[in-house]
Amino acid sequence: MEGLSVADANLLMYLHPSKSRNVSQSILRELGSLLFKFNETFDGVLLAYDVNILDKQAKILSGVHPYFGLRLKANLLLFSPKPDMLLEGKVVKLSQESIHVIVLGFSSAIITAENIHGEFKYRTKDKEELFASKSHKRLVIKVGTMIRFLVKSFDEEILHIIGSLISTHAGSIRWLDRHLEEDSEFDRSSMKSRDREWLGDNHIKMSKKRRITE
Amino acid sequence: MGLELPKYPEMEEDQVFNFTDSEIVSHVKQALASVLSGDNNSYNQLVGVMHHSKHLAPDEVALLETTLKALAGAVSSIDITHHDSLLSAIFCMSMWNYGPHVADALAELIVSLAISNGKYLDLCLGMLVSNFTPPPYFLDKLKMPHGLERKGQVLSRVHAAFKKIADYVPLAPLRLLTIVLQGMPTIYHKDRAIVIYVENMLKLESGEIGELVGSTILMAVVDRLIELDVEIGWDAILQDDFSKGIFEMELEDVDDIEESAEPDVGEFRLSRKSLAGNSIAELLDNLLVLTFEHLESCEREGRLAKVFETLLQSFRVTVLSAYKSKFAQFVMFYACALDPENCGMRFATMLADLFVQDSQPQPTRMSAVSYLASYLSRAKFLAASSISSMLKRLVDWCLEYCEAHDGDINPNAHRVFYSGCQAIMYVLCFRMKVFVDVPRLKSELLIPLEQVLKHKLNPLKVCLPSVVEEFLRQAKAASLFTVCKTFIFDGLLESELSRAFGGLERLDTFFPFDPCLLKKCDSFIRPMFVFWSMVKPTYDDAFDDDDDDDGSSDDDLVQDFVNENEDIMNDEFGKSFDEQGVDMDEFDYALKKMSITPKATSNYKFGGRFQEPARMPSRIRPSTSPESL
Repeated sequence: MEGLSVADANLLMYLHPSKSRNVSQSILRELGSLLFKFNETFDGVLLAYDVNILDKQAKILSGVHPYFGLRLKANLLLFSPKPDMLLEGKVVKLSQESIHVIVLGFSSAIITAENIHGEFKYRTKDKEELFASKSHKRLVIKVGTMIRFLVKSFDEEILHIIGSLISTHAGSIRWLDRHLEEDSEFDRSSMKSRDREWLGDNHIKMSKKRRITE
Repeated sequence: MGLELPKYPEMEEDQVFNFTDSEIVSHVKQALASVLSGDNNSYNQLVGVMHHSKHLAPDEVALLETTLKALAGAVSSIDITHHDSLLSAIFCMSMWNYGPHVADALAELIVSLAISNGKYLDLCLGMLVSNFTPPPYFLDKLKMPHGLERKGQVLSRVHAAFKKIADYVPLAPLRLLTIVLQGMPTIYHKDRAIVIYVENMLKLESGEIGELVGSTILMAVVDRLIELDVEIGWDAILQDDFSKGIFEMELEDVDDIEESAEPDVGEFRLSRKSLAGNSIAELLDNLLVLTFEHLESCEREGRLAKVFETLLQSFRVTVLSAYKSKFAQFVMFYACALDPENCGMRFATMLADLFVQDSQPQPTRMSAVSYLASYLSRAKFLAASSISSMLKRLVDWCLEYCEAHDGDINPNAHRVFYSGCQAIMYVLCFRMKVFVDVPRLKSELLIPLEQVLKHKLNPLKVCLPSVVEEFLRQAKAASLFTVCKTFIFDGLLESELSRAFGGLERLDTFFPFDPCLLKKCDSFIRPMFVFWSMVKPTYDDAFDDDDDDDGSSDDDLVQDFVNENEDIMNDEFGKSFDEQGVDMDEFDYALKKMSITPKATSNYKFGGRFQEPARMPSRIRPSTSPESL
């Protein structure tokens, strides 16, 4: 799945003096408060972190509140979907107008009818709503199916994705995995290398100062 | 004029067509789309339907329901800028105005909107939260059956909508939390919306998304309770000198007090009457009752232990640090009562831990031990073993402290120590009988205690005189130890020294679990509460038992006299002076006439105000009576 990346970060965290009693807990708490929120510095949603204190000595800022600065090294798991990326998620709701998907268990995505057209047709079978493919009879999308879709836009505040199924690479994952292999090895390998390139770019080394205000 | 029904295509008079849902949906979509091209007619009709909410005829209701359902299907066509009048109309709708079908359709629309686009999520959640409280005209109807029915109908749909939204947008509860906390009505809202709002908050806590939002919500509720508590000034419930009534007759007969028509001339004691007209107190009372009921339901569901952890943390952060909280702490009391072995002990342990930690600030430690003392004394549900283990901890700490500090009496320097000693004595005033009956406890607890009390630091002189007196009196009657020095208290209930160790906050006179003055709360708390009148002090025992009377002595005579007159005294000076309408001067005169030490009855031992500046009670004087040996 695209959009996920691991980054190495050099962080400088400023802590309020009241936190000096239990520094490691405060660090974890600070980083924890960033979880599942979009962060501009990291350019992504922080999903997980692993942190180490680099230096036992911390520099104390002069000023009204003597905050002290800690140098940390962290491994961050980031999620930053960009337009035209392919994401995978589980379908939770289907209607004639839309398919609702949940990605990675926390991000909600919606694919509206105009982005489903063409390939899939809405049908009700045995009181179950589903989208069936016009060209491939066995390809069916219903509640619980894992699908791969294209990102159209991403709302950073609510972490809401608007997606589209209009793409050769989009559709039910199990089906895709099974059939795409048969179709063309060329397609798959080109997709793979694209993934690899992208991951490489995102191996970020950041050295940014972040002031944490209490 | 009037409302024009949207003209569906092919509709003719006298002909009823069944339109499929999709046809209606597509019509609505058309109406929405037409705005972009400038044609607002059908769109305006749509908005009109939304706004029409009062006194709806049945066909109008049907129209509204159909429109809402159609909109739910057409959410993807709604644009936040072009259709803002429609959106604002939808978000202003209140489910309280409609019957179940329309409410269903409205809820469905809101859910669809919320999950369709991130932009609408906050607005939809906000709309649902605003449905926690009914419109102003409805608030009075809430108590009536029709109102209650509507309330159940609306709230169940609102909370079900939250769950649905959370299913499709996993991060929605987080945003909901922020919106709920921001939307809390202030305590000054005239319409008392806060009570039903808190009811909803507690419902959220016990609901399906409770795991995610529960603890923050509980802490917010406790915060609000403290806010209200703080608003009730101490002067609203106390007169003059509160500290003079520590072991006074407590208010057990509410009804009698309520009946008395007017306040007495002169002072009247700490009473419920002064709180009666206080609307803040009433509000706090209602909220506390809601919280108690919620705790009961938690206990039934088996969740109390988990909820208690949150409450404990909240207490630690909010209640403990509030200056002399009056009633909010009863939430903890009730929770402990529901589960004495776990929660009850957990609370006591936490307080004791706070007390012994050197790193905690002094006021916190002193406050904690005051809470502990009051709790151990008043909790009917605590086992004797629990109380004794807590006391032992306190006594051991005090003994250690004594051994480490070799100074003389100094109230300022050893505040924490003195508050610890006072706590121990206070608990023993209530519970001494228990310890006297168990010889092992007697030796484990009381021997080190004796060492502490006889140390140079002299806690007996510094601690609150009324507590010390009562304690010594009971100790003497139980033959626990002898007091070599005599203490002349003159019926004072506080002294320079006690004020000194109490400090500015007067933590020497802080007994947080004294009887609750809020009426409804009290009915919950009462069955598990120890009133002073229920306590059998050890000296009473000595007189009930004829064998102990080895001979007459001054003391015995005095006590006999008291026994004879006890009934009279109880009748006359019964439960509360309010009821009697007794004039202060008359009483004083009557007392003088009796010319006995006024503290003879257990009930009036500490009622300093009603007594003459008394001579030292005869029982504390070094006496030759057999009991003292």
